[in-house]
Amino acid sequence: MAPPHTPPRLEAPLLEVLDLACQRGGRRVFEGLSLVLEAGVLLALTGANGSGKTTLLRALALLVPLEAGVVRWQGKDVAADREFWRGQIAWLGHLDGLKGDLMVRENLLIAERLRGGDGSRVDAALATFDLTNLASRAVRTLSAGQRRRTALARVVASGAVLWLLDEPLNALDAPAQTALRTALATHLASGGLAIAATHTALEIPGARTLELGVA
Amino acid sequence: MTGFAVLVLRDLRLVWRRPGDVAVVLAFFVVATTLFPLGIGPETNLLARLAAGVLWCAALFASLLSLDRLFASDYDDGVLDLLLLAPWPLELAALAKCAAHWIVTGLPLAVLAPLLGVAFGLDAKSLLVLAATLAVGTPTLSLIGGLAASLTLGARRGGALLALLALPLCIPTLIFGASAVETSVSGEGFGVHLAILTALALVSLATLPWAMAAALRQGGE
Repeated sequence: MAPPHTPPRLEAPLLEVLDLACQRGGRRVFEGLSLVLEAGVLLALTGANGSGKTTLLRALALLVPLEAGVVRWQGKDVAADREFWRGQIAWLGHLDGLKGDLMVRENLLIAERLRGGDGSRVDAALATFDLTNLASRAVRTLSAGQRRRTALARVVASGAVLWLLDEPLNALDAPAQTALRTALATHLASGGLAIAATHTALEIPGARTLELGVA
Repeated sequence: MTGFAVLVLRDLRLVWRRPGDVAVVLAFFVVATTLFPLGIGPETNLLARLAAGVLWCAALFASLLSLDRLFASDYDDGVLDLLLLAPWPLELAALAKCAAHWIVTGLPLAVLAPLLGVAFGLDAKSLLVLAATLAVGTPTLSLIGGLAASLTLGARRGGALLALLALPLCIPTLIFGASAVETSVSGEGFGVHLAILTALALVSLATLPWAMAAALRQGGE
């Protein structure tokens, strides 16, 4: 059930968000949020701590209930077919989503098979983040930056159209940041879409910015 | 390979990498049950009558020991988000986690119990009945424990709360598991008890994965 990476028609918006509202712990985090994104676009979410960047990413993935509003993918309400929608998403949370006792390559292969893929992109993704020589190290023995690179390689290996990234630059050194920018540029050029919550500019040409927490 | 099989194999592999967690559970079962013959003394008739209840209670406690990490480990390292976002039903993922738990806990308990039953002076037929009741009953314990584990996800002192939630729900399984062995000891038919144990396991199998998935979605928010 690997989601086919078919470049959609460029003129149609890939992702539409209409009038979205979300509550966390009894507090309205945002409301009336609307977005229209075409293929090949990177949206950077900025804003102070607690302004709702992570909540918006989780809401788009339907991990938190929407208080109001609708999310449409290629014109269809994503809540109508959640399993299809989850198949379109590659997720990088603020936690890395890796098993410490498994090796780097095992983590990626298992994550990919849990998504229904065959893991054929894993080795290329490892090479992208210069992890090939760490492939058979247990993740618990890695540094924070190396773990983050592994988590990013997991995103790349998924081949999903929509990347949802929470602070992707966290703990990355300069070469790894460059590798992430290259991977993002490749993903966008092949018709992908990425939404990243970030405090540091991602420096991707043509990126759009949405500042949250500004009333 | 389906996501279900991938997840079961992943959890087995994680146990294989860290066999101590399971070894502690099985060692607890062995130590706890052998204390009874030592404490009560060589009164064979009394021990044979107590055997079923003691072995079943110890099996119940042992299978709860390892349950607090069932979903908590995936919650702590962020893998739960990936399971929530996997393009197949979360109910199957919850069931896969319980299946892996049963393979590394319930199944070894069912194999070990007859060996320990010898220390209680159980006859050969009753030892087989004991193994059979545990083989049929422990999946229910894994499923009920899985529900408690998913409900206490992210809670402080989750382990104690988990036991409080799970133990009362395990009472029917405990009663019919232990009484099957007792009736076998006293030479009566135990088929009905075994049938009820199977029914309990099937009802748990048919209902609890949905409850677990709902609890995990709440916990994952």
